[in-house]
Amino acid sequence: MTGLDPLLVVEHLSVEFPTDDGALHAVDDVSFAVMPHETLGIVGESGSGKTVTSMAVLGLLPTRARVSGAVRFRGQDLLGMREKDLEKIRGAKIAMVFQDALTALNPAYTVGDQIAEAVTVHNQIGRDALATRVRELLTLVGIPNPSERAEQFPHEYSGGMRQRAMIAMSIANDPDLLIADEPTTALDVTIQAQVLEVFGRIQERTESAIIIITHDLGVVAGVADRVMVMYSGQQVELASVDDLFYNTRHPYTAGLLASLPRLDRRADKADRLHRITGQPPSLVFRPSGCSFHPRCPEARIGGLCTEVVPELREVAQGHLSACHFAQDIFGVERVS
Amino acid sequence: MLSFLGRRVLFTIPVVLIASFVLFIFVRATFDPTAQLRSSHADSASVAREKERLGLDRPVVVQYGDWLGKFVHGDWGQSERTREPVFGMIRRALWYTVQLIFWGILLSATVSIFVGVYSAVKQYSPLDYTFTGLAFVGLALPPFWFGLIAIEFLAVQPVNWFHLQEPIFSFVGLHSGDSTGFNLDYVRHLALPVLTLTVQIIASWSRFQRAAMLDVLQSDYIRTARAKGVPRRQVIVKHGLRNALIPLVTVMALDIGALFGGLIITETIFSIPGMGRLFYESLLAGDATVLVAWTVVTALFIVAFNLLADVLYGVLDPRVRMA
Ligand SMILES: Nc1ncnc2c1ncn2[C@@H]1O[C@H](COP(=O)(O)OP(=O)(O)OP(=O)(O)O)[C@@H](O)[C@H]1O
Ligand SMILES: [Mg+2]
Repeated sequence: MTGLDPLLVVEHLSVEFPTDDGALHAVDDVSFAVMPHETLGIVGESGSGKTVTSMAVLGLLPTRARVSGAVRFRGQDLLGMREKDLEKIRGAKIAMVFQDALTALNPAYTVGDQIAEAVTVHNQIGRDALATRVRELLTLVGIPNPSERAEQFPHEYSGGMRQRAMIAMSIANDPDLLIADEPTTALDVTIQAQVLEVFGRIQERTESAIIIITHDLGVVAGVADRVMVMYSGQQVELASVDDLFYNTRHPYTAGLLASLPRLDRRADKADRLHRITGQPPSLVFRPSGCSFHPRCPEARIGGLCTEVVPELREVAQGHLSACHFAQDIFGVERVS
Repeated sequence: MLSFLGRRVLFTIPVVLIASFVLFIFVRATFDPTAQLRSSHADSASVAREKERLGLDRPVVVQYGDWLGKFVHGDWGQSERTREPVFGMIRRALWYTVQLIFWGILLSATVSIFVGVYSAVKQYSPLDYTFTGLAFVGLALPPFWFGLIAIEFLAVQPVNWFHLQEPIFSFVGLHSGDSTGFNLDYVRHLALPVLTLTVQIIASWSRFQRAAMLDVLQSDYIRTARAKGVPRRQVIVKHGLRNALIPLVTVMALDIGALFGGLIITETIFSIPGMGRLFYESLLAGDATVLVAWTVVTALFIVAFNLLADVLYGVLDPRVRMA
């Protein structure tokens, strides 16, 4: 295997949940790849299918979810894999940091026990070595007094510390791929920066690839190499960070960028924070044509946008967009 | 943890005092310890003498204080029906009831936890539907009816069907003749009353356990455990059951407390001289002294098991312990 083989390949991944009104398309034909040591950002507003995508990768969706497409990790198909074999990959090769660390940690066990479990599930290890490893992991994520802290329960931790404990748990086995689902959303800005710094440190040490899921483009700008933008279960743009920010090729991304508060732009009355108007569409009854057209400032009503579903295509080297008029979209400044 | 325990225990003292006072007044107002004497056409002078001897001529609060003082020293008075010391009667009755409760709860807890966990893990499977159906039938079966049906179809009729010498399951008392201890005879006597008392308990606890387990299995930390690669069985037991037991244990403790005085029908049907039967017989005889002691003792059990429920909750849920 050469360094250029992708670590994770997701092809035409779709996830539907049956509902009373029909199938809910939580994820619709999503394809992407993650290279070794790379950081991929996945961005999108609430409900755009970010969490469902990552759960599908690890086979953690409830059984009633209908999953199709392919997920390959180092060439192994994960979707068809037996639960027994998946268990060997989860936590060892691919680990996950969850969105809400308070509910994601078991209230009945100490943080130390829960980190220790992540180790012992995949390794035979003696008691002393295990305790040392737990302290080491807690130190690595920046938790002071690790020996005492390991004995405490999740509810005795602050929000930021809980998130760090989650991260410590996820890196227990030096995974090749770390999926972090909004690891900083619940945290205030300073703690956010500290947690992101932890990711940087981990990546330096273990050389793992990271998928970082967020709805905060600021976070992505700081840590990601490439970014995938999702809208209502579909991917609308995929590009390197620089291209995404400075060569935006989708009006939804442009809208997201324009809504970022920026220090270099004076916010007087005429120039309020830009907002994408309207609501995201229903995932059961999708709009015809491009799902974004009802909210799109560039939409040609009665034309391609309302009639034809745009395909994801390469609009520049390594830059994918699912907009009929990708060539006509110009960066942030135009939209704001 | 210790201060948590200490506070809970302290809190029960006024509860017990108030409850026993109310029960005392209530029984005094309802039953007259001299009723038997009066109905035997004793003259008013001897009735008055008896009243004085029992202290009934004094204010009820004083009577209560007097009664309480004797009660805590184990002097619970004398039964008007049997002329025996009440303390001994209740202790003997309790021993029978405790045996029924012990085996009944052991069976109920085992079956309910197993059924509840299975039904939650395999929600909507054929067996889950079967358990659900059985639980509803079980809930709808009153013990007086179920007990009689059990006697008829598990003890009496099989003798005819299989031409037996005697019923496989006995339905009078907990031992036959002067047999004692834990032996086959004991099991044959226990089977039907324990079954009768557990049917509704199993039905309700297994539903409760199923709901608690479903709730827990939905939670984020179960997903976290799976994402760590924890094997399925370990996820269910170590992460799932461990948390789903917290509400069940509380409900169990509360239900058990109520059983000490709650087996009236089962004990009567199966002629077991436990607390329930003692209550029934004393009530018919208007035996006020026994009734006062009986109600206070059963109240004490309810309070004690409430306390136990609280304490167990604190032991099982670290978040409560700290509060
Ligand atoms: N178990 C489920 N059953 C039914 N629908 C679900 C389930 N899980 C997710 N969905 C639906 O799938 C859609 C995508 O959800 P998802 O959690 O992936 O969003 P998200 O992008 O992670 O949002 P957020 O930023 O709020 O976390 C939502 O409409 C959600 O209601
Ligand atoms: Mg999410």
